[in-house]
Amino acid sequence: MLEVTGLRVAYGGIQAVRGITFHVEQGEMVALIGANGAGKTSTLKALSRLLNAAGGSVRYCGKEISALEPHQLVSEGIALVPEGRGVFPRMNILENLLMGAYSRQDKAGIAADSAHVFSLFPRLEERAQQLAGTLSGGEQQMLAIGRALMSRPKLLLLDEPSMGLAPLMVQKIFEVIRAVAEEGMTVLLVEQNAKLALEVSQRGYVMESGEITLTDESSKLLANPRVREAYLGE
Amino acid sequence: MMARQSLFERLRHDKRAAIAATVLMGLALAVFPFVIGSSLGNSWLRIIDFAMLYIMLALGLNIVVGFAGLLDMGYIAFYAVGAYLYALLASPHFGLHLPVWLIIPAGAALAGLFGALLGAPTLRLRGDYLAIVTLGFGEIVRIFMNNLNAPINITNGPQGISGIDPIHLGGITLAKPLTFLGYAIPSLHAYYYLFLALALLIVFVTIRLENSRIGRAWVAIREDEIAAKACGINTRNIKLLAFTMGASFGGVAGGLFAGFQGFVSPESFNLMESVMVLCMVVLGGMGNIPGVILGGILLTILPEVFRHGAGPLQIAVFGKILLDPEALRMLLFGLALVVVMLYRPAGLWPSTTRRREFRGESATDVLKEGE
Repeated sequence: MLEVTGLRVAYGGIQAVRGITFHVEQGEMVALIGANGAGKTSTLKALSRLLNAAGGSVRYCGKEISALEPHQLVSEGIALVPEGRGVFPRMNILENLLMGAYSRQDKAGIAADSAHVFSLFPRLEERAQQLAGTLSGGEQQMLAIGRALMSRPKLLLLDEPSMGLAPLMVQKIFEVIRAVAEEGMTVLLVEQNAKLALEVSQRGYVMESGEITLTDESSKLLANPRVREAYLGE
Repeated sequence: MMARQSLFERLRHDKRAAIAATVLMGLALAVFPFVIGSSLGNSWLRIIDFAMLYIMLALGLNIVVGFAGLLDMGYIAFYAVGAYLYALLASPHFGLHLPVWLIIPAGAALAGLFGALLGAPTLRLRGDYLAIVTLGFGEIVRIFMNNLNAPINITNGPQGISGIDPIHLGGITLAKPLTFLGYAIPSLHAYYYLFLALALLIVFVTIRLENSRIGRAWVAIREDEIAAKACGINTRNIKLLAFTMGASFGGVAGGLFAGFQGFVSPESFNLMESVMVLCMVVLGGMGNIPGVILGGILLTILPEVFRHGAGPLQIAVFGKILLDPEALRMLLFGLALVVVMLYRPAGLWPSTTRRREFRGESATDVLKEGE
């Protein structure tokens, strides 16, 4: 579904991503793990066109998308949950969700999807009228994921969903991510928390200093001594 | 606060009360100039007419600053563009006397084009940086007006353009008293009605915009630009649209100003004017239409109250004038700004967003509203 070939990202003279190649198949969840500064977020930003890639190609469903504008990706069926959540603080939860459906016109479908999001995150429904800026970090992350689902995407890009959250909240968020994936959603998960990411995903890529150094099925990566040593703290 | 809110709620739900309130409001606005004219005199009527123009300007700037969150410090340039277009096309300067119904829309369009010209290179800028660039833009336009008298005389330079045609529609000119059903309507009153009608039109357009898909996209960009992109909003076009729409309102107000005043010169469009309009938006309540209107009225009238009131007050208290009322005017005005910003930082009449969470509407209501 998503094929990335030789993707490079540079900030001025500094290469953050040095020609990485990976792919995501329809219906699978793929984790991209790595330490701080490995280039994970830069990769995701280049995919979602918030950054211009310095080179390489990105094909989505057979179509080259590396020259599209960010807003066009949404109508192609790609939704990004940005790093640091990025909810609209002075809109309430419902308004945030409706913004996620900005590119859609079908009222009935939008209502059905917001009901679906509320069933995934009952806590959001309880607080539908509350301003997003007054929510806790975990609730904001729920809202950001819910908002991305409102565009009815085929491919969901998640950027560090566990960042800055309490462990219990992280567990909750990952349960929902797993539930969304089980409904058939294709997910690319960029995550620093390697253990969690590899537990929910089918395959994983390990990034180090802008390069992919290791790839395997997630269960095998979890057992890999190198990964255990470098990312699982053993 | 609660009483006002519940009054609005009642008007929203009770159609008859809403109609009655509208009729009363309409009558009050209709007789208003006669009340002011006979009690306070024509100079105050002029000030009221100017207040209408400033409401239009403040509403236009509110689109850019209040809705889209783009800090524009050179907004008066669009007012200048509208005013100069009117002056050039309807004055002895070029000997052109085109009809108003052509010039005002053309002024809106040209100002809108200037808005896009300002918006396009500044798309990546926000906050302080955008403020500096727009400030420069406003000054560039003013300095152009000041210097475009050589080698070819287009704007007549610092002398400005005088003898501009008054606003006239068909055979009717607003410069002389009109007779309507046997009643004489003085010129200032006629201008009041015209400006009021256009201000109401702009209010209507702004309200419609605010509740539209575009309006929500503006707010989303203001709140978080990356998230707005991730929601599928074409942030480039939507931002350009904010600049264009805001500027075109300024262009309309500028054209009316030129016809009303009969004279334009670059002096009328200096930085202080941009700051003044920005103050109206911020002081009234950024992003909230009634607040912005209130800001426009108050900031037009307050300096005049200080000007007219400071002299007589000093004579009454001290027996003589100690401080020049002109100087005192800005001092008091500045003081008023500081006090308001200290005690009502969100503006005199802020938007309901902050209050909404306490109102407890059901989720489905908002969903319907949001469509």
